[in-house]
Amino acid sequence: MTEIWHGLVKAVELIISFDPEVMQIAGRSLLIAVSSAVIGSAICIPVASLIHFNQFRGKRFLVSLIQTFYSVPTVAVGLFVFVFISNAGPLGGLGILFSPTAIVVGQVILITPILLGLTISALSGVDRTILDTARSLGASGMQMAVLVIKEARFAVTAAVIMGFGRAISEVGISLMVGGNIRGFTRVITTAISLETSKGDLELAMALGIILIVIALIVNIVMNRIQQR
Amino acid sequence: MPLIETRNLWQWRDGQDILKNINLRVERGEIFALIGPTGAGKTTLLRLIDLLDTPAEGAVFYDGADVNTSDRLKLETRRKMSFVLQKPVVFNTSVYDNVACGPRWRGMDSRHIRDRTDGVLETVGLTGYKNRNARTLSGGEVQRVAIARAIAVQPEVLLLDEPTANLDPVSASKIEELIAGIIERETITVIMATHDMEQGQRLADRIGVLVNGEMVQSGDSREVFTSPGNRQVAEFVGMENIIDGVVKTNEGEMAAIDINGRIIEAVTEFDVGEEVSVCMRPEDVTVALVKISSSARNSLAGNITWTVSTGPLCRVEIDCGFPLVALVTRRSAEEMGLKKGTQVYATFKAVSIHVIRRH
Repeated sequence: MTEIWHGLVKAVELIISFDPEVMQIAGRSLLIAVSSAVIGSAICIPVASLIHFNQFRGKRFLVSLIQTFYSVPTVAVGLFVFVFISNAGPLGGLGILFSPTAIVVGQVILITPILLGLTISALSGVDRTILDTARSLGASGMQMAVLVIKEARFAVTAAVIMGFGRAISEVGISLMVGGNIRGFTRVITTAISLETSKGDLELAMALGIILIVIALIVNIVMNRIQQR
Repeated sequence: MPLIETRNLWQWRDGQDILKNINLRVERGEIFALIGPTGAGKTTLLRLIDLLDTPAEGAVFYDGADVNTSDRLKLETRRKMSFVLQKPVVFNTSVYDNVACGPRWRGMDSRHIRDRTDGVLETVGLTGYKNRNARTLSGGEVQRVAIARAIAVQPEVLLLDEPTANLDPVSASKIEELIAGIIERETITVIMATHDMEQGQRLADRIGVLVNGEMVQSGDSREVFTSPGNRQVAEFVGMENIIDGVVKTNEGEMAAIDINGRIIEAVTEFDVGEEVSVCMRPEDVTVALVKISSSARNSLAGNITWTVSTGPLCRVEIDCGFPLVALVTRRSAEEMGLKKGTQVYATFKAVSIHVIRRH
């Protein structure tokens, strides 16, 4: 118990003193997760709009399939990306294995189902009369899609934040395709895993606290958005 | 050439006919009211005219061209029209942005958009609300935003679906005044659906009566109200007394009609022996305690079977051998002491009776 308390105190000291290693790892984690959320949103919001605004055979099945992948294991995505970008893989020539880019690619794949599914739900929540009103006022298909996304902006933002939360908290992809290289691809989750196994509980706890604070902020923002 | 024409327009939903063979012609600059009870198909017809839905059969012509041929043509045509929905919704943004969205979607330049939006907001009396979120407005104000949004694009055709149906009487009268002002100021064609027949009569040049998906009568507003073509229209336009009878004699269009053994005189072309229905508005029946001498050709004695007071008016039903409803002022009813069982004379003119063929 004393050891845990001692570790906690040291961890707080590391955070308060802006320990360079802690800050570097936390900064990298945020940068990678934010990049994944932004790239994922740029892809998924238009695709979700396409799915929502078009009627086609198998649409319901597609949405169910997307929802099924909400809880895809991170190691499964990690393995999938590893197979593709390893030297022997079809995209091995890109040379991105064990780089932040590889982590971003993996995280984008990981959060795609969440972003797609929740954005489709958000767009479905917009009153049909809004669509009729926009059409009757002469909106084109694209103008209508932009309007509906704007109308559903709070729910869409919530989807993006959920995606960000999933990206920053995953460990499997960062470890498998990032390689946990110090000063290059080491992120909060992989560092916690490593430092815990090494017995350096202070650093692991400091990073854990930062991760929990980020999760808390995400949660508060989400709640605020959903109340609007 | 009519600006808007529907040819053999049908719409089905869940195996039911919502619209049956609608052939409508609306000229440029005309104010046309579609009246009919709730569920008659008025909204469905407006949606087809605005090209929001595709008809099951038939076609919509705009300025002589069939416009249901391509999405592009539909969009171009829709941009010449504006539709204020029955339950208008506002976008979750400021009043100004709500009104400016139509001109923006048409690619107008920003100065033009600003001038137009400000002008329209002034017209509908919402200048002071331009920066407010439209979702915080009252029902009447939302209706104003919806109308402002519709006229901001300077449409050739304005479609209004029950513009005052969901409003309190004060807001409804303000909105009606606003619409009347727009009709007067702008060179615009209006097609308006309403179940308020008096509103239709007040605003429209021409009226079409839609009942159960069928256009049962259309014509100038006075004609529809005074000479309904059949029983359904008569009921809808407020002919509360619709009584079946048979033409006994007809000399020079002055006919004697037998109703349950009582004879009434009416102006009609129907021949002797024809089974007809006699239609009369309650306000055209005068009630008195003694037989009054007047130019009215019909004066029937009878006993009151019930009275109901609504506001300043009193509705009484008189059994004259057949039930006849009359409308008197509450004051007159009190002065005459009208109550159940009172013997009275119901007097009405031959010309205030409208006779239709019985089906």
